[in-house]
This record gives sequence, C-alpha cells and structure tokens, in this order.
Amino acid sequence: MVTSVTSLGRNGLYDWLIQRVTALILGVYFIFTMGWLMTHSGVDYLTWKAFMGSLCMQIANTLVFFSVSAHAWVGLWTVTTDYITTLQFGSKATFARLTAQLVIALLTLVYLLWGLVMIWGGA
Amino acid sequence: MAIVNDKRPVNLDLTTIKFPVPAIASIIHRITGVGLFVALPILLWMLDRSLASPETFADLKDLLATPLARFVVWGIVAMLIYHLVAGIKHLLMDIGIGETLEGGRRGAFLVLAVSAVLILLAGGWIW
Ligand code: HEM
Repeated sequence: MVTSVTSLGRNGLYDWLIQRVTALILGVYFIFTMGWLMTHSGVDYLTWKAFMGSLCMQIANTLVFFSVSAHAWVGLWTVTTDYITTLQFGSKATFARLTAQLVIALLTLVYLLWGLVMIWGGA
Repeated sequence: MAIVNDKRPVNLDLTTIKFPVPAIASIIHRITGVGLFVALPILLWMLDRSLASPETFADLKDLLATPLARFVVWGIVAMLIYHLVAGIKHLLMDIGIGETLEGGRRGAFLVLAVSAVLILLAGGWIW
C-alpha cells in the first residue's frame, strides 16, 4: 500500500491538475523556443543573449523551471509508486521507494536552483 | 493488507502479455519522461554555456559541430518531440476527444506516426 504523503498535491486530483497545467506551460514554451531557434539558425551570441535576457524570456524561463520541477516530481512520483512496491521489493519497498524519491527530490531542487541562478544571476 | 495483496493474481510474464499499439505509445511516453529528467542537466549546461560569455558560446558552437554532440542533441530533441506529441494527445483525451476504444487505437497510431516524421525532420535540421 502506497500512501500519498510524499505526493506534491497530497492527493491524486491535485497531482493530476498540476501535471496538466505544467504540461500546457511546457508545451507552449517548447513549441515557441524550438520555433525561434529554427527561424534563427546560425544565431550569434549577442542576439541570443538579448533574446534570453529580455524580461519576457526571463519570466518565461522562470515559469518553465518551476513547471518542469513540479511536472517531473509528480511524474516521477507516479513512476516510483508504480514500480517500487512490495511486489518487486518485498518488505524493503517503502525504504527503497523513499530513497529513490529523496534522490529525485534533491536532483529536482538542484536543477531548479541552477536554472534560476543562471537566468537571474546575470552570469 | 499484505495477505490480501499476496493472493491477488498477478501476471508479470512479459512473453504472455500483449502490447497493443496504445500500450506501446504509453510506455514510450513514460520512458521519454524519465529520459528527459535525466537529460535535463545537459540542457541546463548548454543553456549556461551559451549565455555565460562570447567565448563559452563559441566553444559550445564548436562542440555542437561534432557528430557525437549532434547525435546526443538529436536524441534529447527526439525524446522531447515524442513526449510532447503524446502529451498533447493525452490532454486532448482528457477533454474528451478520442476516448473510445477505436479512438484510442487511432490516437496512439497517430502519435507514433507524427512523432516519427517530426523526429526525422529534426534530424535533418540538426545536420
Ligand atoms: C523536460 C520536460 C519534461 C519532463 C522531464 C517530463 C517528465 C514527465 C514524466 C516523468 C512523466 C510521468 C510519466 C508517467 O507517469 O508515465 C510525465 C507525464 C506527462 N507529461 Fe511530461 N515531461 C516533460 C515535458 C512535457 C511536455 C512539454 C508536455 C506537453 C504536453 C508533457 C505532458 C505530459 C503529460 C500530459 C503527462 C501525464 C501522463 C499521464 O498522466 O499518464 N510533458 N512527464
């Protein structure tokens, strides 16, 4: 039996909604940026930097980093609760699943902070 | 609880489980989702290098001219395309489009076909 204490929205309905809303944001973002890259192939540094440094893109990137984090957490939570269960891991299932989830949570946090520092740190 | 679970009939013999097209489309969506999470540091690193300075931008450009780097980028873009196309189908089904058995089959087939074409086009664009 897997409980929902580790899920982001604490229940399936919230998690479901979080994953749809973030999917929408990510979908729009990736279609837009891939389109931009395709229409600007061979882009030079200054144009690229000006594009990514614009307030619009800074806000979009921030939104996307938060969305990827929430989306990936909900998604990978589902995957870990599907596969790391007593069926495969016996009595060690809870320990194995929480360990996997801890690693995923730490990675997600590192990605998020890295992305935010990169976009707002002016580096 | 454990006792109830133990008695539930479970079949995990992959050779006897059938994988219809929707099942294949679904498991690839999951695999690409996990794959994208693993690939995220590469994308973040490339974004970081491309913005840090004109020199790191030029270095990245040189790196991306090598066949291996192009192949890796293509692989990541391919996962993104598939996950995106299958994700859009997911959202359409969530609002009630194509929810019948036949619709599910057709949708899954369409996802596989459309992504395959887009992935090939992306490959052509990267090279
Ligand atoms: C880098 C970005 C992304 C990552 C790391 C990611 C990761 C994941 C993961 C791990 C899952 C769980 C898979 C499962 O439970 O089988 C998932 C599910 C999902 N993803 Fe993404 N994803 C990304 C981008 C996108 C985009 C751009 C869309 C656009 C439509 C999208 C739409 C979805 C949907 C609708 C689901 C729910 C599937 C379900 O409920 O079974 N994802 N994603």
